[in-house]
Amino acid sequence: MEGNERLKNLALSETGFLFDPSTGNTYTLNETGIIVLKLLKEGNSKDEIVKVILSEYDVEIEQLERDVTDLLIQLQELGIYQ
Amino acid sequence: MKKITVAVTGLNATDSPGPGVPVLRSLKESSLNLELLGFSYDVLEPGNFMNLIENSFLIPYPNSGPAQLIERIRYINSIQKLDVIFPTLDSELDNYIEIQPDLDKLEIKTFLPSRKELHTRDKTVLVERLKEANINLPKTITVQDVSAVKQASDSLGFPLLVKGIFYEAYLAYSLEEAIGFFYRLASKWGIPIILQEFIKGEEYNVVSLALSGETLGAVVMKKLFLTDKGKAWAGVTIDHNVARETSKKILEFIHWNGGCELEYILESSTDKLYLLEINPRFPAWVYLATASGMNLPDAQIRLMLGLPIQINEKYEIGKIFVRHSWDEIIPMKQIENLSVSGQLKK
Repeated sequence: MEGNERLKNLALSETGFLFDPSTGNTYTLNETGIIVLKLLKEGNSKDEIVKVILSEYDVEIEQLERDVTDLLIQLQELGIYQ
Repeated sequence: MKKITVAVTGLNATDSPGPGVPVLRSLKESSLNLELLGFSYDVLEPGNFMNLIENSFLIPYPNSGPAQLIERIRYINSIQKLDVIFPTLDSELDNYIEIQPDLDKLEIKTFLPSRKELHTRDKTVLVERLKEANINLPKTITVQDVSAVKQASDSLGFPLLVKGIFYEAYLAYSLEEAIGFFYRLASKWGIPIILQEFIKGEEYNVVSLALSGETLGAVVMKKLFLTDKGKAWAGVTIDHNVARETSKKILEFIHWNGGCELEYILESSTDKLYLLEINPRFPAWVYLATASGMNLPDAQIRLMLGLPIQINEKYEIGKIFVRHSWDEIIPMKQIENLSVSGQLKK
C-alpha cells in the first residue's frame, strides 16, 4: 500500500495510540506527535505543520522544526509517510 | 427445523492447538439448529471439557487407517445419528477422503478437498506447482537424507529454515545446526525434510473458505505474539489487500475446496510478499475471523448441507485475540466415561 494511503488509514486515538490497519503495528505518540500526525493526515506539508503549531504554542522555531523533521523521518522509515 | 448433529475433530487445545475448539465456538454462534459433538483422539483433550459440546466420542488415531475409522463412525452413528463430520486436522484428511463414499452411504456430509488438491498444496511440491501462478515463494529444497543437507545449504545459504513434513520448523545458522534439526525432525515426523531460504520480515496469515477455487470469504491476521513453537498467541485482523488478493489467486489456481490457511512473510527489505505454506484446514485462530464478522465454519456447514450462505464482504479491522491457558477442574466421572465407554456422556 502506498505511504500516503497508509497515512490516511491510520487510526489515531486522542491518547496518542496509533494503529496501522495494513500491518497491525501499534505505536504511542506524545502530545506533539499527536498534533503533527493529525495535521499530516489532513494533508498539510511540513512547513504548514510548523506554521500551525507555532501559531498555537509557545515554542522555539528551530526546536520545533527539528522535532517535526525527526518524526517525519521516523514515519518514513516505517513506510507510512512519503 | 430438525436439529443437525455435527461432529468436530481436533479438540487438542494445547500449546500447539488444533482448530476444533475455535470451530466449535464459531458453530455455537451459528443461527442453525446444531447439536455439537466432539470426535476426540484422547480422553484428556481439553475440548472435551469446555462446555462446547453435548457429547464426545473417542476415535482411532489417524495412523490406524481408514478401515478402523469408518468402523468406529458406523458404531457412533448407530447410537447417535450423525449429519455432518467436520475434520479439522491435516493428518486425518487422507483417511476422510478415503472413507467419503462410505460416509455418503451413511448420509453423513463432509466438505473435503480432493486428494489431488490436497497433494498440490503439500509443502514438498508447492514451489513446483505454483511456479506458473506467478507467486513469490522462498527457495525450497526437499531432502531425503542427511548427506543432501550440505549441498542444499550451499545453494540456500545461512540462516535457513529446516521444516518437518507435517509440523515444526527451526532456523539453522550453520551446517551442524541444520544437520541436528534434520535428525530431530526426521525422528519425529519422518522424511522428507524441507530446507527453505530464510526471508526476514513480518508474518501475515490468511484464513479462507473456497468452493471449487472460488474464495467465499477471507480474513487477514498479523501475528502479534509467538510461542517458542512459532504459534500465534496473539494476533490482530488487518487490512492487507495484497495478501487477500494473492490468496484468492492461489486458491483459484489450485482449485481449492474447503477451509484453509495461507501463511505469508512480507520481506522487510523489498516489501515482497512470499507464500510460506498452505494448510489444508482452518487454523486454530479461526474464531478471530468469526469475531470480526466472518463466521467461516458456519458457512462451511451450510455448504455441506446445501443451504444458502451469507458471508459479509468485509470484516472488522483491528480485532485482537489473546490466547490463554486455564486449568479446568474435571469431574472424575467424565474421565471414567470416556475411558471406559469411549464417550463423555452415556
